[in-house]
Amino acid sequence: MTKLVMTEEETMLADMARGFLDGAAPVSKFREMRDVGQTFDRALWQEMADMGWAGVLVPEDAGGSDMGYAAANVIAQEMGKTLAVSPFISSAVIAATALRQVSDARAVEALGRIASGEATYALAVDEGIKFDPEATALQAKADGNGFRLNGKKQFVVDGALADRLLVLARTENGLTLFDIPADRAGVQRNASNMIDARDAARITFDDVEATGEDVLGAVDNAMQVLKPALQAGQAALAAEMTGLSAGAFDMTVGYLKERKQFGVEIGRFQALQHRAAHLWCEIEVTASAILNAGRMLDSDPEGAELAVSLAKARATDTAKLAVIEGVQMHGGIGMTDAYDMGFYMKRARVGAEWLGDYSYHAEKIAAARGF
Amino acid sequence: MTVNSTDEFRAELRDWLEANCPQEMRDGAMTEDGICWGGKNWVFTSDAQKLWLERCAAKGYTVPTWPVEYGGAGLSRDQEKVFHEEMGRINARTPLQSFGIWMLGPALLHFGSREQKLHYLPPIARGEIRWCQGYSEPGAGSDLANVQTRGEDKGDHWLINGQKIWTSYADKADWIFALMRTDREAPKHKGISFLLCDMEQPGVETRPIKMISGISPFCETFFTDAVIPKEQIVGEENKGWDVAKYLLTHEREMISGGGQGLGGGRALGAVLSDTMEDMGATLRADALRCEIDSLAIGLTLERYKDQSEAGQGAGDASAMLKYMGTELNKQRHELMMSAGGSDALEWDGPLGNRAGDWLRTKANSIEGGTSEVMLSIVSRRVLGLPA
Repeated sequence: MTKLVMTEEETMLADMARGFLDGAAPVSKFREMRDVGQTFDRALWQEMADMGWAGVLVPEDAGGSDMGYAAANVIAQEMGKTLAVSPFISSAVIAATALRQVSDARAVEALGRIASGEATYALAVDEGIKFDPEATALQAKADGNGFRLNGKKQFVVDGALADRLLVLARTENGLTLFDIPADRAGVQRNASNMIDARDAARITFDDVEATGEDVLGAVDNAMQVLKPALQAGQAALAAEMTGLSAGAFDMTVGYLKERKQFGVEIGRFQALQHRAAHLWCEIEVTASAILNAGRMLDSDPEGAELAVSLAKARATDTAKLAVIEGVQMHGGIGMTDAYDMGFYMKRARVGAEWLGDYSYHAEKIAAARGF
Repeated sequence: MTVNSTDEFRAELRDWLEANCPQEMRDGAMTEDGICWGGKNWVFTSDAQKLWLERCAAKGYTVPTWPVEYGGAGLSRDQEKVFHEEMGRINARTPLQSFGIWMLGPALLHFGSREQKLHYLPPIARGEIRWCQGYSEPGAGSDLANVQTRGEDKGDHWLINGQKIWTSYADKADWIFALMRTDREAPKHKGISFLLCDMEQPGVETRPIKMISGISPFCETFFTDAVIPKEQIVGEENKGWDVAKYLLTHEREMISGGGQGLGGGRALGAVLSDTMEDMGATLRADALRCEIDSLAIGLTLERYKDQSEAGQGAGDASAMLKYMGTELNKQRHELMMSAGGSDALEWDGPLGNRAGDWLRTKANSIEGGTSEVMLSIVSRRVLGLPA
């Protein structure tokens, strides 16, 4: 029977991750990258890969550390706290989970390259302003033994710099997922100037050739491969956002204990104490949904849909509250670019939209709970 | 606990429930009328209710996690989960509910002597003695440690004088566990004892208080030269505040609500649809948000139980469970009133006591420590903000 309590291994992993990130990827590091317009740090990613993070969901015989979904969430959560920049969710979680659904030699090799840090991935799904995979219009038309892809994607997170793209396309009788190199002829990538200063791209596909080899899973049956990958990504993103909430919250409580007005620390004022306490309660409740999603993905992935949507819906809501309260309780300084709280706010907003917003996941929950 | 032995337990339990739970007890009644409280004066509402209580008590299933020698079934946390799942699966009523089970029992298990446990716990488990809680007083609400009901030392007993208020079901209870001031000189937290008092004596009187819900679950309880023998103390003299705090933690977890986890419990959407086929976009959105929060809070309760089994007690964080759970319950009942429309506005109308239940929930965020007290506990003791 699964337990909603962190195992000793998970606690150790979290401690180790925190130690590493505080040193190698603190918020100040993100600020430096933002200041020079850098959205990816390959050396940092290589270090993460060397620690087994890139291969967290890659089977051991393919070169991974295969620690499972709950462990991936633990890492994502710690990354959220310091706003670490990496393609962890896109590559190590989403792409690895998609590739694991396929057992051919090509997939095993691709998994190995993810685990080693050699290859990074981005998932190209969105075409409109909202996440809606079923509405995919980008066309993959059969052409001889292969396909030709035509259409546009947007909000491809990690998409401007990823080595490979997972592209969801419409084929004759359904949707098909393609795994292609990002530099293939006809792929035009335009980096988006994102509010959170992270990598995302608008991508145009102009008569891009794809072979049968490039299809991940079966033609017209993308969801068999993509659904587990999306769920894993949504859970990890929810975990990252909950870490983000905790990071913003810690900053805020620290400020309440230190900032003085009227001759006393502002944390003595009950109006602020109760706001902070309420926020802590919300974060604590959301943390349960995150832990539960990891446990469900590890023990019963096919039955995990409700758990994952609950995690993403709650994490989105909680992160929003954490950054709004964070700025408010900091007062004017929270509004300045020189202070880090704004970074948390922008990341929370981007995370809210990625892989399905609150409404998207609330509707999944509604369907599961008889609304 | 291995998976196998949990499965074995489940199979056994399933057979036992099938053979022993009367059909009438499989309606999962959560209304006030369906509850069996037990006690000396208890009148069973049906033969089935009596039979169900007796059968469960014989197996220790009224208090499944208590040790067998004290009337329980000695279930592990995993088995307890299975127990609730299987009970829920056939929609079985809880055979017995009481403040003895929820509150005094845990306090005695933690602080009581072996004699006290053997003496007091089995009658609670069998539903023979009904207990009530004497904490609040007119001058000791949120400031609970300000209790003034006095226990005067008379050698082999205490002589009790004073008044308690909000004593739930005191008029129906046989015994009361109460906080009494046994040292008036000491600082307020250090002069309180946790005493057990037989209410069947001339010096104890109760008077029900009519509430906004129309019923009188709460009472005032008056002590006039009541007698409590010295052996009827839980924990040490003047250290009753420690017992009280421990118990309040339990109370908070209990009030925070079912702990039904993900998938358990009836979904709010379905409940609302009973009275309203199309609830409209706004109500639906509010209800959905409530449902999402409810699922997450249920998981949090599960998580805290798992943590406590793993040796990490909730401690002051239980204030969070109480705060979140009760605020949610109030919201839930607001939504049920909306979904009930004008049918919900009649006492004993087409929707039964829906309005009464709704009004009752307003006390949830007051009793056992107000929401504001809970937030103060979190901010001071969990977050370490200055007082």
